[in-house]
Amino acid sequence: MNVARYWRTEKTRYGLVGETCRVCGKPIFPPRDLCPHCTEAGQDLRTFGGKGEVYSFAHVADAPAGYTEYQPYTMALIKLEEGPLLTAQLTDVDEADVRIGMPVEMVTRKLKEEGENGMVVYGYKFRPVIAASR
Amino acid sequence: MREVSIVGIGQTDVGEHWERSLRDLAVDAMIGAIKDSHAERVDALYVGNMLSGELTAQQHLGALLADWGGLGGAEACKIEAADASGAAAVRQGYLAVASGVHDFIIACGVEKTTDADTETSNAAWSYGTDAEYEGNQGVTMPAMAGLMMRRYMHEYGVAREAFAPFAVIAHANGVNNPHAMYRSPISAEAYARAGMVADPISMFDGAPLCDGAAAVLLCPSDIASRFSEKPVRIRASAAATDRLALHSRNDVLFLQAAFLSAQRAFLQAGIGPGDVQFFELHDAFSILAALSLEACGFAERGKATHLAKGGQFDLHGKMPICTMGGLKARGHPIGASGVYQIVEAAQQLRGEAGANQVEAHLGMTQSLGGTGATAITHILEV
Repeated sequence: MNVARYWRTEKTRYGLVGETCRVCGKPIFPPRDLCPHCTEAGQDLRTFGGKGEVYSFAHVADAPAGYTEYQPYTMALIKLEEGPLLTAQLTDVDEADVRIGMPVEMVTRKLKEEGENGMVVYGYKFRPVIAASR
Repeated sequence: MREVSIVGIGQTDVGEHWERSLRDLAVDAMIGAIKDSHAERVDALYVGNMLSGELTAQQHLGALLADWGGLGGAEACKIEAADASGAAAVRQGYLAVASGVHDFIIACGVEKTTDADTETSNAAWSYGTDAEYEGNQGVTMPAMAGLMMRRYMHEYGVAREAFAPFAVIAHANGVNNPHAMYRSPISAEAYARAGMVADPISMFDGAPLCDGAAAVLLCPSDIASRFSEKPVRIRASAAATDRLALHSRNDVLFLQAAFLSAQRAFLQAGIGPGDVQFFELHDAFSILAALSLEACGFAERGKATHLAKGGQFDLHGKMPICTMGGLKARGHPIGASGVYQIVEAAQQLRGEAGANQVEAHLGMTQSLGGTGATAITHILEV
């Protein structure tokens, strides 16, 4: 796998960098050339705070190639405080404790390894908000 | 625009074909469709397939299958729209005939998943999601369906067990389909006990990946009676898309593409949902069956499982679904499923559905790609 494919989206994966639409003012994540809400071009970069809540979740028993190391894991839709939904794994949580509406925060974790000589890819996962950090 | 009819159908058994390759399966279905008609030539071939490159290192399926299928020189290419590839190929064939460019078209859907190991084929199946923002996070198709199902259960106060009728109906109907992968009934109790794949998705919520090929031969309706004793008219063919990533949709529980393609198909045919006598829907997961029914207007939002429990969608209910087993019991050879749906609807309308025959002159099919970002609807009539 070509390294460029991954560093291209590095800011988004490491820093939750998205956009605000200059035309309609809505928050956009992940960033894209045309606003998904008003289809106009022209956005300003913004960093999302990384706080949100679980919108939905599924416990994955059969991971695809490249992700079996973490099996079983929980996939979730996260609703960020600023509004957008995103797809991410939950981490540092007991499967039985996951609930819709559970407050979560972003952390950076290893996403996958592409074999012995391949890329090790890092990115965002979400964990329950630790009381002291709220 | 010319009216278009189906004058030939062909299909292989669906399952794990260890002794047959992708081309063997496709050519079998193509020959079946040609022999079923009296067509003397084929002008073009559209191949519906999602993963031949990833799983069997074979692309260029148009030329391959025109060559091995004996269509020497015919125009041919592959059409890809994830799980809806087969339906997209039928639609391309429809457009080619309707426009007057070609008279005789074969649309063939084929998938060969068992030439790769299960982890690889499962990973490849998820390539129909957003690779950078869903696939990269480790999603599987069952996980995506699980995200939709969990939210549905939460918003509508529906238990997991409420989805049982979709699997029970599909398996009941698969029993009498000689081409189906699973020909044994299951009970609601067995559904409730099933092992989890992506909780809340169990092994009885998801259709099995497998091998298979199906084909239809199309020609203009005004000459169709010369090429088939029982031509089936395509009253409508309509496609639509939604945002690719589930997280980018305004409402993850409303299949906008399914809604749009159904509305466009109803408009084209000049009918409404109440006129549809049976519906071959995309039950790759039971939640998609429910959401497809709701998006097309066959159930109010949040009510599909209630109607299913009441027997509405049983073979002899008010509006049967998955009459030959659906994706769940017939099997889901990914890029072929959309063509199987149309072949099975044609069997029903020709009165060739055997023990599963329903009384109908008009039926509808709908194929979804991925989590529903593509939806292709056809309305057929005799």
